[in-house]
Amino acid sequence: MAENFSIEATDEGDLTTVALGGYLDAHTAPEFEATLQERIDAGRVRIVVDCGALEYISSAGLGVFMGFIEDLRDAGGDLKISGLIPKVREVFELLGFDALFEIYDDRAAAAGSFASAAAG
Amino acid sequence: MDVLEQTFTLHVPSSTKNLVMIRDFVNRVAEQAGLEESNRSKIELAVDEACCNVIEHAYGNDVSKEITVRATFDGDAVRISVIDSGAGFAPDEVPQEELRELIRQRRTGGLGMRLIKTLMDEVRYEIEPGRRNELHMVKKVRQG
Repeated sequence: MAENFSIEATDEGDLTTVALGGYLDAHTAPEFEATLQERIDAGRVRIVVDCGALEYISSAGLGVFMGFIEDLRDAGGDLKISGLIPKVREVFELLGFDALFEIYDDRAAAAGSFASAAAG
Repeated sequence: MDVLEQTFTLHVPSSTKNLVMIRDFVNRVAEQAGLEESNRSKIELAVDEACCNVIEHAYGNDVSKEITVRATFDGDAVRISVIDSGAGFAPDEVPQEELRELIRQRRTGGLGMRLIKTLMDEVRYEIEPGRRNELHMVKKVRQG
């Protein structure tokens, strides 16, 4: 069973990108939550979660997205999602996350949406 | 073609560490049953959600407890039962709040049961708190 989970957070300008890979379930979600919390505690409120290498998500993983979004938006930021493979996107859509989160095809488009929001 | 009914059983300690093994187990049984990948993924996720509920709510993260996952298939369907002996609950009394409301309340859970009902064709609970709680889920091999 070559299952794993990877996470990497990168700050660039005022944007933080969190790249997820592998399997995000109840066992690995705490690591995702801790990483996001750490960046938010450091004052980072514009976040792109790049799911391009994410192969699996359960509701424990989705719960992490739910837990932070309101506070980020209240602070003038947002959490945007990019790169969902069809199987993972289906889970987001089954629960209606696509109506409440901005979801982009790739990381650049998600990052660009912050830039255009700032310009507008 | 008639398919002989076959049953597979997995007993694992109640820990999120074992979700990988549980998913792998149900995925392989569903593969033997002839389910295509999209339906195997649905079963895998539904069973993951069911076991997470047991780990967190029925057993309160006590890893000394055991979860049983029983998977049966014949030509018509894959039937999965997730069995525990922990604290039971009243399935009909679990509030099913809208996602927007859960988010507004900064809640991070509450979606597992909804996912299970969406992913599987039939879902049924048998609850005897502290003795034996069973969640039975069915995925039909041929839809329609």
